[in-house]
Amino acid sequence: MSLHRVFAIVLRQIYLIRGSFPRVFPLFAWVVVDMILWGYLTKYLNSVTSSGFNFVPVLLGAVLLWDFFIRIMQGVAMAFFEDVWSRNFLNIFATPLLISEYVTGLVLSSILTSVAGLAAMLLIAVMVFKLSFLVYGLMVIPFILVLFLFGIALGIFGCALVLRFGPASEWFIWPIPALISPFAGVLYPVSTLPQWMQVVSRILPPSYVFEELRAVVSGGTVSGMALVWSASLAILYILAAYRFFARVYRHALHTGIIARYSAENLG
Amino acid sequence: MVKTLAVTGLRKVYGGLVAVDNISFDVNRNEIVGLLGPNGAGKTTTINMILGVLEPDAGAINIEDIDMTSRRSEAISRTNFAAVYTPLPGNLTVCQNLSIFGRIYGVKSVRNRVDELLKQFDLESFKNTKCGALSSGEQTRVSLAKAMLNRPHLLLLDEPTASLDPATAREMRAKICEFAVQGLGGVLWTSHNMYEVEEVCDRVLFLSHGRILLAGNPETLPAEYGKKTLEELFIAVAREPLTLNDI
Repeated sequence: MSLHRVFAIVLRQIYLIRGSFPRVFPLFAWVVVDMILWGYLTKYLNSVTSSGFNFVPVLLGAVLLWDFFIRIMQGVAMAFFEDVWSRNFLNIFATPLLISEYVTGLVLSSILTSVAGLAAMLLIAVMVFKLSFLVYGLMVIPFILVLFLFGIALGIFGCALVLRFGPASEWFIWPIPALISPFAGVLYPVSTLPQWMQVVSRILPPSYVFEELRAVVSGGTVSGMALVWSASLAILYILAAYRFFARVYRHALHTGIIARYSAENLG
Repeated sequence: MVKTLAVTGLRKVYGGLVAVDNISFDVNRNEIVGLLGPNGAGKTTTINMILGVLEPDAGAINIEDIDMTSRRSEAISRTNFAAVYTPLPGNLTVCQNLSIFGRIYGVKSVRNRVDELLKQFDLESFKNTKCGALSSGEQTRVSLAKAMLNRPHLLLLDEPTASLDPATAREMRAKICEFAVQGLGGVLWTSHNMYEVEEVCDRVLFLSHGRILLAGNPETLPAEYGKKTLEELFIAVAREPLTLNDI
């Protein structure tokens, strides 16, 4: 793998974002809106319930982590879409660039953009709504990593779908987090769900993350098994997504989609 | 001597349509080979296979003896291309585009090389202009500058001067010829401008329905087939390919 070529993909994204208001604004806007919305909702819930239960770490913390996961996934997809929108596939893929280098570049680009969004969320959640990550303890770090890995996996999977089905299929990608969220138990325990939905939850790494974080906030301990299982699932999904992308790319080489991408779905 | 490009038995079928039908040819160092033919003859399909963005159904492509199938990245690093239908991203400046592709092609001292090319292709005043804001002729010059970034050993040009005015087209042809004569490279060039082909190409290949019908020196080939000019021969190949013998 050539680091120069990986860096070129990241550099492209930096050039595009730098000084581009339409690209910078969404990095912060929606996460800030989410923090304010959920921040005040949790404050309101704290004020109307007499149990003394603190909703801030349970709801606002969960929304923050879920938004981070979405930003990671969208960061990978957005970096890929830049090539779709500028009809750059022929220029990019008729070079020595390897698929592994291209995908690594997309992932690194996503880290840059999602960390910016995460910083904005943390700033508001901590400064305005007094969210303290100390309640989660150090175990929050590996769980954030699990969300990060699963976000990358879904991002790569989304890119593969768009490569396979053409530019219009980007509308498949944006709703993916919304489709997953009811099963992931972001805002409520998985046990709340009917049995069949719980079965789906078990194969989704975020469901373990949010279950364990809720357990910690309630005074329980983190299950090491849950951490290992969710991390293993996330890694498995990354490998499967990369394999799927590589397979779609090979199909695209065979059918000529790369060379005539704007024609969409050549077979 | 190692061939810059060796294509053997190349074939590509889309559904039931044979786009490229068992063609073989080569390009030598310091040689400019014209790939000619009517629209749909298979020229771009052939170039896309050589660029590694389209998988052949059969045949082999070797760039300086490096097999495209088994060592794609290594083979492609010796090539570059410019095509009229593939402008560089319009949302990046000329300098940014060249810097990015310079890194992808593994160019050493990218900044110096970019500066050299900006000067060579008279693009210094557009250095910080977004490519999308350039005229089509200026975009073509940027594409040609990109194609020279890695000092390729095989340069693939698909109608490189199609959107240039005659004066700029002449300048660009001169630069490409200079590249072929002085450098290590060979050039595979498609064009519908027969005047241009006669001026720059050492050898031409006429493609029709995915097959090479004729090959030879563009200056002598028309007379060999009873035509006065290369353009007449082109029209004959396009309209009545069956009257010409396959080579």
